[in-house]
Amino acid sequence: MAQRTTTGAEAMDRSLLLREIEQFLYWEALLLDERRLTEWLDLLAEDIHYWMPIRRNIKFGDWDLEYSDPESEISYFDEGKDILTGRVKQINTGVHWAEEPVSRFEHIVSNVLLLEVNGDEVKVSSKFFCYQNRLQDEVNLFVGRRYDTLRRDPDTVFKVAKREIILDQNVLLPKVVNTFF
Amino acid sequence: MANLITARGDRSLRSLIDTDGGTVSRELYVNEDIFEQEQEQIFDRCWLFLGHESQVPNPGDFIVTRMGTEEVLVVRGRKDNQIRAFLNSCAHRGMKVCRYDQGNSLVFTCPFHAWTYDCNGALVGAAYQYAPYAYDGGIDREQWGLTPVAQFKNYYGSLWATWDPKAPSFEDYVGPFAEGIRYDCEASDGEDAGIEVFRPFQKWRLPTNWKVPAFSSSTDLTHAAMTHRSVNAASIGPDRGTMSGGERHKRRAPFPADRYAVGDHNLGHGGNWTVYQQPGVPEYVDTWYEAGVDEYFREARDRKAEKYSGRILPPHGHEGGHFCVFPNFIMDSWRWRWWHPHTVGVVERWSLFGVDREAPKHVKDAVRHYVMRYNGPTGATESDDMENWNYVYAASQGARARKRNYFFANGLGRGIESDQYPGVVFNGSHTEEAHRARFSRWLAFMEASSWDDLYPVNRAKSHRIW
Repeated sequence: MAQRTTTGAEAMDRSLLLREIEQFLYWEALLLDERRLTEWLDLLAEDIHYWMPIRRNIKFGDWDLEYSDPESEISYFDEGKDILTGRVKQINTGVHWAEEPVSRFEHIVSNVLLLEVNGDEVKVSSKFFCYQNRLQDEVNLFVGRRYDTLRRDPDTVFKVAKREIILDQNVLLPKVVNTFF
Repeated sequence: MANLITARGDRSLRSLIDTDGGTVSRELYVNEDIFEQEQEQIFDRCWLFLGHESQVPNPGDFIVTRMGTEEVLVVRGRKDNQIRAFLNSCAHRGMKVCRYDQGNSLVFTCPFHAWTYDCNGALVGAAYQYAPYAYDGGIDREQWGLTPVAQFKNYYGSLWATWDPKAPSFEDYVGPFAEGIRYDCEASDGEDAGIEVFRPFQKWRLPTNWKVPAFSSSTDLTHAAMTHRSVNAASIGPDRGTMSGGERHKRRAPFPADRYAVGDHNLGHGGNWTVYQQPGVPEYVDTWYEAGVDEYFREARDRKAEKYSGRILPPHGHEGGHFCVFPNFIMDSWRWRWWHPHTVGVVERWSLFGVDREAPKHVKDAVRHYVMRYNGPTGATESDDMENWNYVYAASQGARARKRNYFFANGLGRGIESDQYPGVVFNGSHTEEAHRARFSRWLAFMEASSWDDLYPVNRAKSHRIW
């Protein structure tokens, strides 16, 4: 949870850190929307775990069943940087028909909350609202929240070391997912 | 056009398939009246796939699945451990009695008037049922249980059902393809019913007619090179290499076999049909990137070789190839995919993926990660199929587009009928024989008054139209 700070100096440090985090997340979104996918890959740590579970309708209280289990069940994404890099290469062939012609995406990131600071890593939650407009009239909305672990990096300010993407859908309504969150 | 085809059994449906030219009218795909008839004539009669027994391992476990446009509750009985299936609609006023995808329950209580059913589908209570000023004990519980499927089959762990009491047994319905279903439910060491599936169902929507993928995506080898041109760049194969499916196929251990495609026009099923020339199983070829996985599968293969030392492998399933079970199910080894129609122009695609039940975690993880990056709306391979299936439908609805039939003539007239194989067999795999078989069966269902007009309840019937 966001912590109550006691001194003005701590409060200033914390808001500068939060500002850095926000700018990093917005930069990421801009790279995705400007189709600079190879540059976006540079913002991911080599050991990233990128996970978007399937969400079940469950009885009140059966919370452990709501998200597909990354240890044993099927998710939409459950992978590392090698597979994410493969996906970017596939889009960049120009013959990946699901994303050719390419879409118009806007990733809106908001509600950025600093949850935890652990040495050179921070845990952050945020909301995303991703609008997709493709061909003449194909429109999809991807709305949800993320839980990120960001690691300090000398070149790119941070690298994403872990990302959990909680999409607010059950039956996936878009026919494919051809962007990243 | 619509008036021509509203009457059940109207011969004009037949006029929409040009059997000499090998073409099919787009009306079959875009006409709402035909879609409505399909629900009565096909989905209310056929055996349909529900799921796998490993999704409901314990008494009281349930899942909600579908049979076409309708939701079905699959639940394992608390007293007898038997799996049953019911329409997910309250007998009283039709509310869904279960709105959870998965769970464990003692009873299912309708949120409308509290009509309550046990895991056997029997009505066990309702609000005010004994109140003298209301029902006064007057609900006949025998009569007002959940609507059960007419026939249910647990076939080596795969679960199937039909609404039609006159449908033939499941084994008769699938005919010579039963062997392949059983084989795909085998573990890699040859143990019968030795697999489980990864939960949950993968489900997503696609704006197209259900037949676009269900009738044409099995044994459509001619689509792969173009549709999946980009996928090798993603290196998503089990070995993370850039080999195409065809290259990987060639790397298989040599084992004498003849490869055919069959289309069973009487049953509507079809797919690859591999005739192995000798007993036993091929040598294992290293496949997996992850450490320790090839070791596991090689040992499993050796145990399987003992089981098959004096036996010929089944003609399809696993490495023998994939096949379609009419009307909407495709079994591709441990990758099972099927299509639930919603409306004439919307289909919901479901998938399940199997794995050896007894495999260690690192093996299950490798298989699971592979199927996730290959299949589904986030799968590097299948996502390109979605684009084609989507815009096939979009570009086929206009008055002019409807007048141009689809081409299904690949291999037409070049297949042969033989006692050795079901239906019509084609020497090689690049044929649309299995697609044509589905249209033969489709027409038979659409014209039939009941199962009495349909093979194999009526074995005198031949449904082959081309």
